[in-house]
Amino acid sequence: MRKRTYLKLKERGIEFSLLLSALSSIFITLSIVFILLYEALGFFKDVSIWEFLTGKQWTPLFAQPKFGILPLVTGTLLVTGIAVAVALPVGLIVAIYLSEYAPFRIKEVAKPILELLAAVPTVVYGYFALLFLTPILQKFIPNLSGFNALSPGIIMGIMIIPYVSSVSEDSMKAVPMHIREGSYAMGATKFQTAFKVIIPSAFSGIAAAFIIGISRAIGETMVVAIAAGMMPNLTLNPLEPIQTLTAYIVGVSLGDVPHGTVEYKTIFAAGITLFFMTLSLNILGFWFRRKIREVY
Amino acid sequence: MPMDNDKNIQEIRKKIALNKLRDHLFWIIGLLSTLIGFVLLFTLIIDLLIDGFPRLGWQFFTSYPSRFPEKAGILSAWVGTTLVMIVTAAAAVPLGIAAGIYLEEYGKKNWLTNLIEINMNNLAGVPSIIYGLLALGLFVYYLKFGESILTGGLTLGLLILPMVVIATRESIRAIPNSIREASYALGATKWQTVKDHILPYSFGGILTGMIIGLSRAIGETAPIITIGALTFIAFLPSSPVTSEFPFFSFKWLLDPFTVMPIQMFNWISRPQTAFHINAAAAGIVLLLLTLLMNGFAVYLRYRFRKRIKW
Repeated sequence: MRKRTYLKLKERGIEFSLLLSALSSIFITLSIVFILLYEALGFFKDVSIWEFLTGKQWTPLFAQPKFGILPLVTGTLLVTGIAVAVALPVGLIVAIYLSEYAPFRIKEVAKPILELLAAVPTVVYGYFALLFLTPILQKFIPNLSGFNALSPGIIMGIMIIPYVSSVSEDSMKAVPMHIREGSYAMGATKFQTAFKVIIPSAFSGIAAAFIIGISRAIGETMVVAIAAGMMPNLTLNPLEPIQTLTAYIVGVSLGDVPHGTVEYKTIFAAGITLFFMTLSLNILGFWFRRKIREVY
Repeated sequence: MPMDNDKNIQEIRKKIALNKLRDHLFWIIGLLSTLIGFVLLFTLIIDLLIDGFPRLGWQFFTSYPSRFPEKAGILSAWVGTTLVMIVTAAAAVPLGIAAGIYLEEYGKKNWLTNLIEINMNNLAGVPSIIYGLLALGLFVYYLKFGESILTGGLTLGLLILPMVVIATRESIRAIPNSIREASYALGATKWQTVKDHILPYSFGGILTGMIIGLSRAIGETAPIITIGALTFIAFLPSSPVTSEFPFFSFKWLLDPFTVMPIQMFNWISRPQTAFHINAAAAGIVLLLLTLLMNGFAVYLRYRFRKRIKW
C-alpha cells in the first residue's frame, strides 16, 4: 500500500516537473517581450514615437543625435527584397523539381546537401560576400561600392533557398496522388500539372514557405553586418552601403555602451521593431500552415 | 473534309511538341536551380581553402590573438567555443527533452498545450539577435552573470531549445501506440513507460536533433556579440580541474570568453589583408566542424531509420 502511494506521488512529481519544462518556453517569450518593452519604453521617454517612426535620419551616436528608424527599416527591406527575389523563385522551382520531377536517387542526395546550405555559419557567408562576391560584381558594375546591399542580399537569398524549398516541397507532396493522376489522364504534361494543379492545391503551404523565407531574411544579421557596411542611408539603391536593424544592434554592441544610456536603449528600440516585423510574419505563416491541414 | 482534319491534327501535334519542349526545359531549369546551392557551397569551400589553408598549422591552434597577423591564433576562441557548448548542451538538452516528453506523452488537448505549441513554433522563428537582447537584459544585467561563459552558453541554449523540443517530439511521435499499450498492459506506470520504452526508442532522433542544434549554436555570432563578449582575449578561462580537493571548480563559468565566429568576424573587419587570411583559416575550421556535425547527424538519422522496423 505504502509503495503505491509513493509511486503515485513520484508520478505526480515527474509530471509536474515535465510541465514546468514545457512552460519554460512561455517564460522565454514573456521575458523577451518584457525586456524589449521595458527598455524601449525607457527609450520613448527620451525620444517621441513620432520622431522615431517618421524621422529620416538615424545618428544616435552623434553630438546632435537624430532618432529616425526609417533608414534602418528601408535598409532591412532593401536587403530582404534582394534576398527574396533570389530565394522565392529558385526555392519554388527547386521544390517543384524535387517533388514532381527528380528521381529518388537525386532526391536522396540533393536534400541533405541543400540542408547544409542553412547550416553553414552566417559569418562564413559574410566573409564570402565581402571578399569573394563583391569584387566579382565590381567587375560588372563599376560603381558598386565595397560595402553594398546587393552582394549580401544575393548570398542571403541562396542561403534561405532550403527554408523555402523544403516547406514548399512538403506541401506539394501532401497533394494526393489521384489529383495528379487526374491531370495526367487529361493529357497534361508534368509541367502543366505542376503549375496548373499542384501549385494551386499547395498554395497555403507555398505561402507559408515564402513567409518563413522573408522572416529569415529580415532577421539575418552577420552577412549584412559584414558586407553591407554600417551606414544608415535612406536609399533604395542596392549599390550603396546601408545598415539594417540587425547590423545596427551588432555595431553598437561591438563598442562599449554603458548600461542605461540612450545609446544602450536604442538597440532595444531597434530590436522591438525587428521583433514585431518578424512576429507578424510568423503569425501569418502559422495561419497559412494551419490552413494546409484543412484542404483535403 | 479530310483537308481540315489534317490541319487540325498537325496543329495538335505542334501543340503537344511545344508542351513537351516546355516540360523538358523546366526539367533542366529545375536541375540547374537545385545545383545553384551546390555551386555556392563548393565555391565557398574552395575560396576558403585557397585563402586560408596555408595558415592552418599547429601554431594557429595554440596561439592567442595578436596584433601581428602571422603570430595570431584561435586558442582562446576554440577553448571558449568548447566551454560555451558544454553549458549550452547542459541547459538545452534536458529542458528540451523534458518539454518534448510533456507535450507528446502527458499534455492533454487543451488550451494550455495548444498555447505552448504555438509559442514553441513562434520561438523557432525569432531572429537570433533578439535572443542576444534578451540575454543582455536578463542574464548580463538582471541576474548579473556578466559577459561570461555562463551567459553565452545559456543564451545559445535558449536559442536551440525549440530545435531540441521539435526533434524530441517528432521522434516520439514515430513510436506506435501499441508499444505504449503493451507497457501499460504489464502494469507499468506512465513514467516507467516513458523511461524504459519511449526514451530509448526515440534516442536516435533526439540525438540527431541535439547535434544539429549544437552545430547551429557553434556558428552563431550575433547573439554572442550582443551580450558583449570580448573580441580580444589573450588568456584562457580558469581550469575546470584543480590540484586541490575537490579537484574541480566552476569558476570558469563566470570568466570572460570569446568564440570562434567572433574571432573570425574580428579578423574580417580589419583592413589588413593578412588578417583576412586568418579569417579564412578560422572559417575553414568552423565550416569543417559544422559540416562534420551535420554529416554525422544525417548518418545517424539514416542508421536509426534503417534499424528500427515496427
